[in-house]
Amino acid sequence: MTDSTRATAPMAGSPRTPDMPDDIRQHTCTSAAAGAYPATDMSREARLARKQRAISGEPFGPGSHTDKEGKTMTGAQAIIASLEAEGVDTVFGYPGGQAIKMYDALYDSTKIRHILARHEQGAVHEADGYARATGKVGVVMVTSGPGATNTVTGIATAYMDSVPLVVISGQVTRGVIGTDAFQEADIVGITMPVVKHSFLLQSNDDLTRTFREAFYIASTGRPGPVLIDIPSDLAGEQMVFHYPDKIDIPSYRPTYKGNAKQVRQAVELIRASTRPLLMVGGGCVSSHACDEVVELAESMQIPVVTTLIGKAAIPCSNPLNLGPVGMHGSKYANMAVTECNLIIAVGMRFSDRVTGKLNEFAPHAKVIHIDIDPAEIGKVRDPQVPIVGDARVVVAAINDRIAKVGATPVSDEWVKTCFAWRERWPFYTADFADYPDRIAPEVVLERLSSKLDPHASVVTTEVGQHQMWAHQHVHREESRTFISSGGLGTMGFGFPAAIGAKIGRPDCQVVCIAGDGSLQMNIQEMATAIGNGAAVKVLLIDNNALGMVHQWQRLFYHERYSCTEFTANPDFVKLAEAYGWKAERIGHPDQIDGALDRMLASPDPYLLDVVIPTNQTVYPMVAPGAAIDDIIGAIDVTLGGVRVTEKGMSPAGETAGIVAEPLPLSDDDADTRVAGATADIVPDEAASKGGE
Amino acid sequence: MKHILSVLVENKPGVLSRVTGLVSRRGFNIDSLTVAPTEDVTMSRMTIIVDADEVGYEQITKQLHKLVSVYKISDLTDTDAIERELVLFKVVAPPEKRHEIIEIANIFRANIVDVGKNSLTVEATGTASKLDAMEDLFRSYGIRQLTRTGKIAMSRGASDR
Repeated sequence: MTDSTRATAPMAGSPRTPDMPDDIRQHTCTSAAAGAYPATDMSREARLARKQRAISGEPFGPGSHTDKEGKTMTGAQAIIASLEAEGVDTVFGYPGGQAIKMYDALYDSTKIRHILARHEQGAVHEADGYARATGKVGVVMVTSGPGATNTVTGIATAYMDSVPLVVISGQVTRGVIGTDAFQEADIVGITMPVVKHSFLLQSNDDLTRTFREAFYIASTGRPGPVLIDIPSDLAGEQMVFHYPDKIDIPSYRPTYKGNAKQVRQAVELIRASTRPLLMVGGGCVSSHACDEVVELAESMQIPVVTTLIGKAAIPCSNPLNLGPVGMHGSKYANMAVTECNLIIAVGMRFSDRVTGKLNEFAPHAKVIHIDIDPAEIGKVRDPQVPIVGDARVVVAAINDRIAKVGATPVSDEWVKTCFAWRERWPFYTADFADYPDRIAPEVVLERLSSKLDPHASVVTTEVGQHQMWAHQHVHREESRTFISSGGLGTMGFGFPAAIGAKIGRPDCQVVCIAGDGSLQMNIQEMATAIGNGAAVKVLLIDNNALGMVHQWQRLFYHERYSCTEFTANPDFVKLAEAYGWKAERIGHPDQIDGALDRMLASPDPYLLDVVIPTNQTVYPMVAPGAAIDDIIGAIDVTLGGVRVTEKGMSPAGETAGIVAEPLPLSDDDADTRVAGATADIVPDEAASKGGE
Repeated sequence: MKHILSVLVENKPGVLSRVTGLVSRRGFNIDSLTVAPTEDVTMSRMTIIVDADEVGYEQITKQLHKLVSVYKISDLTDTDAIERELVLFKVVAPPEKRHEIIEIANIFRANIVDVGKNSLTVEATGTASKLDAMEDLFRSYGIRQLTRTGKIAMSRGASDR
């Protein structure tokens, strides 16, 4: 095609523009403007009311009080009516042969907005991001076979991070199940290890009850994904629609209230402790325990460390919040864990990324473990006081008991010690630069963070180095405003999750912090964002490499960069523009502020490609298999703000550790290498445990 | 050590694979497993024998409890429970040896359920140690085939554990 023809007529497959007739073909239920959908009420009262409603067993929506109640309809229409009865306003999905009847019924719905993804994995991550940002159940609709198998990574991601999802998959007709029919896959069997529960619908008599049970199970107890597999012949069969207004499942009775005796024991331990520490995880977010945890921390002067999923469970501005802990946690948080003599673990599961070498983890500490899932208690670390229950309910009971017995902090010495550590080993200092004249990702994220409303914006991340920088440097004040794949570590999660979050909370600025590797795993969802008016922003931390693995190879595999340096990345700016996005690229520190302002001000989806050095390393770091106080590359201000590597600590101002300083960059990034200063001191045994 | 678990589950397709999948996924081996409907046909009882240390065993039971299809789990390991197992032996039995084998079967209160030209099939019920003793004795004649059901168990007295 010549240039002249290109100028006059768009080619097939060229970017859609608003005036193109294609939009006319879209039905209103899929193309309604974002503004038409009210933002989710995120007040504490509304969140607690939603939670209470979930626990009561009643539907989230009108239940039987709809005009569909008692009507004769097809199974497919009953599926959509069930979703409406549950108050579902948004469904993420992708149609196909065995889902066509459901999609036909959806065509008539005036209450449900369908977000057409470009890949089923994207659809599930979008529903996941929607669920994490709003606290509501995310709903996904896909077809059989490949449509269903494409959801597996998304379901597993939600399962590992305890996110409530209901995934509805079309299945081949009952008569041909088990015959290797076209697009048949045993999705119930395939997903069994990664769902909280699943159903293969056998009769329309069970349809509405199955939906109520699915929403109930997904949203109560420890939340998780639930799959409903529906043979397409059932979707075509007639039935009378009755939606249950209450459900009770005898074999499913989560414990919400903590045992009173154990609560008393916990308070006795807290009263007696000279060096207590709160470790808070995702359970605090899903149970809305934030205020209660802050109250406990403040009344007893207990410092707090947070897991990745628990980030923002307590405000970053609270001085007691020591922030990220674990493999890329701060030196001060990791020191606090190592030196404390009591851990109050709330809604967290002692992930190996948090504990490091288990037998050197918190060696002096007794443990109070509060979790709604009994199986988490004693799985990794045996607690002195186990309390099974909802984090908010249990911590509130502890607070009441503390008030009743009039307990006060033993001394303020411990808190002061932790604060002094924070002064000594900051994540980053303004005058520090690994590579002068190049953009430091730490600085970009600090700048971004300062420009965002920490209460009413959502930051999502992909997985890798940028995720850890975001965890370290993005400031959050409100739970559900930081969304990241923790347990499964799913590259390709953060971008679709941002779209889902934006659709659930259209009033919020939503920024996805991405890496150039992760972004390419679901980059097709750029079309989903533009097609649904989801003006998400992507801050691409672009090092032209799989940075985290590259970093491990540099530190632990003798700089043998096996398959981690990209040779054929696309031009991300042009690619974004091809999808109808706005985009720009920066590479110099002076450009940061202006570019961030342009990105955040844009009413359209916007990609900012920030080029950073390939060898930029995430510090501090704990080597895989090492104890978490054995830290590589923390900045020590008592030594004039250089990176040091040592286990535990030397007196301020002297260090036995090795100073790790990057070499100056040559013109060609790929040819420069950071001095392998730390490689020598990592025992081979530890290095061999690497598996990222 | 070996643990005997009596698990009450929903009588629905796929439940067996949920339970066994979970146990194997957590890294444990099932020694034996029996499953059949109970007095209430909507429920089945599984008797599972697993070899696990205390920590592992605790994880298995806690994880099983999380399955929505599981109603109840009873640990019958160290309790005074009734344990039974059924076994079928096809023993090599030329005519001159038949009466010896029948005699052994009688001593153990076992039944002869099939006779062939050169074989006898013996059905026996009892505890694992009794069945092991029988197996030892029959070995000297030659066992063509052997099938054991795996244990089933029930608590004594009125308790419905």
